[in-house]
Amino acid sequence: MIQGIFHYEFLQNAFLTGILIGFLAPLLGVFIVVRRLSLIADALSHVTLAGIAASLLIERKFAVLAGLNPLYLGMVFSVGGSLFIEKLRSVYKHYQELAIPIILSSGIGLGVIFISLANGFNTDLFSYLFGSVTAVSRTDLVVIFIISVVVVALILLLYKELFILSFDEEHAKASGIPAKTIHFIFIVMVALVIAASMRIVGILLVSSLMTLPVAASIRIAKGFKQTILFSVLFGEISVLGGLFSAYYLDLAPGGTIVIIAVLILILTIFSKKWMIKRHVQKEIGFHERS
Amino acid sequence: MQSIIDINHLFYRYEKELVLDDINLSIPEGSFLAIVGPNGSGKSTLLKLILGLLKPQKGTIVLFGQDISKFKDWQKIGYVSQKANSFNTGFPATVFEVVASGLTKRIGMFKFFKKEHAAAVNAALEAVGMEQFRCRNIGELSGGQQQRVFIARALVSDPKLLILDEPTVGVDAENVNAFYQMLCDLNTNRGITLLLVTHDIGTISDKVSHVACLNKHLHFHGETTEFEQMRMEELSKTYGHDIHLLSHQHEHGGVLK
Repeated sequence: MIQGIFHYEFLQNAFLTGILIGFLAPLLGVFIVVRRLSLIADALSHVTLAGIAASLLIERKFAVLAGLNPLYLGMVFSVGGSLFIEKLRSVYKHYQELAIPIILSSGIGLGVIFISLANGFNTDLFSYLFGSVTAVSRTDLVVIFIISVVVVALILLLYKELFILSFDEEHAKASGIPAKTIHFIFIVMVALVIAASMRIVGILLVSSLMTLPVAASIRIAKGFKQTILFSVLFGEISVLGGLFSAYYLDLAPGGTIVIIAVLILILTIFSKKWMIKRHVQKEIGFHERS
Repeated sequence: MQSIIDINHLFYRYEKELVLDDINLSIPEGSFLAIVGPNGSGKSTLLKLILGLLKPQKGTIVLFGQDISKFKDWQKIGYVSQKANSFNTGFPATVFEVVASGLTKRIGMFKFFKKEHAAAVNAALEAVGMEQFRCRNIGELSGGQQQRVFIARALVSDPKLLILDEPTVGVDAENVNAFYQMLCDLNTNRGITLLLVTHDIGTISDKVSHVACLNKHLHFHGETTEFEQMRMEELSKTYGHDIHLLSHQHEHGGVLK
């Protein structure tokens, strides 16, 4: 594959996009997980599906728009869905998680209608559901690169505010942080990254790249910055490992990426247990000696 | 003495239930005020109003001489909430990171944390005796230690007023006294005005300078010495049966402020 990367443009695209997504998804994922909103990524990915299905339908019905990149409409739907989630969360103050199933089922409902109008599934749609190494175009790569630059800049500039809002929202509001504006910026970033990730990981598995590396990182990291660092590291290992194995074994990359992320998670769980056990044995040894 | 907070004829209701009924309260600079009252007496609502988390429906709140709707200097006010309510103990943050988050407003949006800020964080940790726990994850500490960290987070932005909402919930009995002693030191040595909501009437009465008894109405507000003399009467009024309270309200109207 290393040789292939220099030879084939599609592999370059997949590889570079993978590196960007492997960085962005866990980076945003840390803030999502600690705020206990892990399912938001799922809801938004299903809304993105509706956008992509709508785009494929338009392509089929109106020949003029045949060149339309489904990524754009996917992003529009995803950002729209994210704004609805924020709205619903303020309407149902005491049932904030309710926003997620509402948006998720609306996304699937719309998606299924669009798919049936477009005369059912085709291979294109399949690649959006589970990711594909060959599907990433140069335009996709450029769009995802722009998103990456914007997201990284915003995270750096708003890091303090995002941290305090995630850790203790009441305290953040009491100290005069513009919570609403920051939530809004954050959720739009999440929506964009989800839409951008679907080419590689696939709609059904996008959320895993935002949560699994973070779940593993939380087990072993000290402090918030280290949690981000390990999450991104695990994200990159999963994406690169997943792309390699998908290419060689001719599998959907979404699946291989997720399974590697799960393996990392299992490893961290056992390594933590092993570390605790060793620590206890040391203590016992110390007491026996003394 | 100049007052830091002035509350005049403040009312607040949640849908049908009136929780604050004509509250008048002024807090002098440098004082240590304890607000006591039973559950559901409107203590936390009053704090939320002072912190700008809720908007007054009727009446005015003046902070540092400025009406709350125009008040912008929020870094002058430090806040320590009931830990159990707003804190996820599994949150992967070090003590240093948590205290540093108290500087967010002061540093300002789109600006970065610098060396001098780190020095302020270390100084705040020293003030509460937690400097050796700097690199520990916040979830690994005991309830009392966590609460000290939250006080350091409030202190780091150098507030003139520190508001604490039942800070000793989850702190074991033997550490409660040491905790209040630390608050006294902050009050006397640093001149920080303290506003404390609590149930520990017995423990605090020899430490605070002023007491306010709240249960929808403000039943008593005055200096601790005055409170001591009429303690039982005031407490039974504040904690007493609702009907009993209503009948007392008119008789003792003069006690309010």
